[in-house]
Amino acid sequence: MLRPPPFCPRIPPRWRTAGQRFFPATILTDDPFVADEMSIPQVTVTPPTPDGSRETDVEIDLSKHITPDTDVIIGDSWQRLKPTGLPAVTGLGALHTAAQYQLFVNGPHEALGLVGLNVTWAHTGRVQALGAPDFTTLSPTFDFGKGLGDLPRSLPYLRPFAITGNLGFDFPTKVESAGVPNPNSFNYGFAFEYSFPYLQCCVKDIGLREPFSRLIPLVEVAFTTPINRVPATQTIGTIQPGVIWAGQYFQIGAEAILPANHVTGHGYGCVVQFHIYLDDLFPHSIGRPISEWW
Amino acid sequence: MRGITMMLVAGGVVIGSFPAQAHAFLDHASPAVGSSVLAGPPLLTLWFTQDLEPAFSGVTVTNEAGQRVDLGNAQIPQGSPAELQIGLKPLPPGTYLVSWHVVSVDTHPTEGTFTFEVGRG
Repeated sequence: MLRPPPFCPRIPPRWRTAGQRFFPATILTDDPFVADEMSIPQVTVTPPTPDGSRETDVEIDLSKHITPDTDVIIGDSWQRLKPTGLPAVTGLGALHTAAQYQLFVNGPHEALGLVGLNVTWAHTGRVQALGAPDFTTLSPTFDFGKGLGDLPRSLPYLRPFAITGNLGFDFPTKVESAGVPNPNSFNYGFAFEYSFPYLQCCVKDIGLREPFSRLIPLVEVAFTTPINRVPATQTIGTIQPGVIWAGQYFQIGAEAILPANHVTGHGYGCVVQFHIYLDDLFPHSIGRPISEWW
Repeated sequence: MRGITMMLVAGGVVIGSFPAQAHAFLDHASPAVGSSVLAGPPLLTLWFTQDLEPAFSGVTVTNEAGQRVDLGNAQIPQGSPAELQIGLKPLPPGTYLVSWHVVSVDTHPTEGTFTFEVGRG
């Protein structure tokens, strides 16, 4: 027999959840939570750029809790670039890292906030052949998430909606490379999600069963606008409709990639991601924050 | 492409090699989430996706006035470690709020609420 609930000890919820809202790891935009996770891999086929070249990336990312509220991320990608009329070239892209701090997790309002510093490192990829940067870029960012579960219960079918987003800047450490300017940039991106798991568990059981009960359809958008050195009209961005299946230990996601304007490219691309939750797979060892290993 | 396939296979092997422990999410309930039932049931049952830690798991049921209508006897039935039950008082027609919080056996906490209606089906 359990003790009556009011006297039950409570453990603060953490990691990918805010209240009863589960936030999946999004593909295009950064997640608003610190985590122990790994993408192995994420495969992206980009839409053709305006000059017709096309790129395929195979990326691996690892996120690791340092403390319950901080984590670090490290990632790199193998790239294949096929310029129009030229042979394809392959190699490593730039190494990227990040350090993040969870500002807040508000369960009743299903809200998350996180600040981070992303760094893309110079000379860690094939600079001349693939266009990997010969400069380091520092990118402070604010990431947020908000579920609509606190809407009135008279609006039941809106409550499974959630939005996550990123606001940040890129500050290259060199103003130009080979005569081409490296602008400071403003980055902004959003993910609009409709959670079937939330609908089933918290609003109305409409009889969905697996795998459909674990689907989260979403649309992600992300843009980069230069704020100096080049015209702001050179904003690039993509719109990515897709779906994520979120299981207990891993998730699988797929999105189409549509250029948001002609500067970005034309046609379409796609991305698929296999993503594992290390904290669920290894809850008593490497899935715990490093600060809790001893 | 062979490398990608190998990575996916390796990932699958890694995942398949470890015990099943993770966040416990509500799988389904009786009465069902958001449902309407003709008569008040004597028992509320919640089924979760993972086994629960009894000492840290609980559930309450309240009426529209916020008054408890459960019997305060929440339990995890023997042999069903992913199930949480609580007895209910006789329920007149109305809307009832279920509030649960559980901790899975690997210490991951989750919580949630939902409503069901009696006598309006």
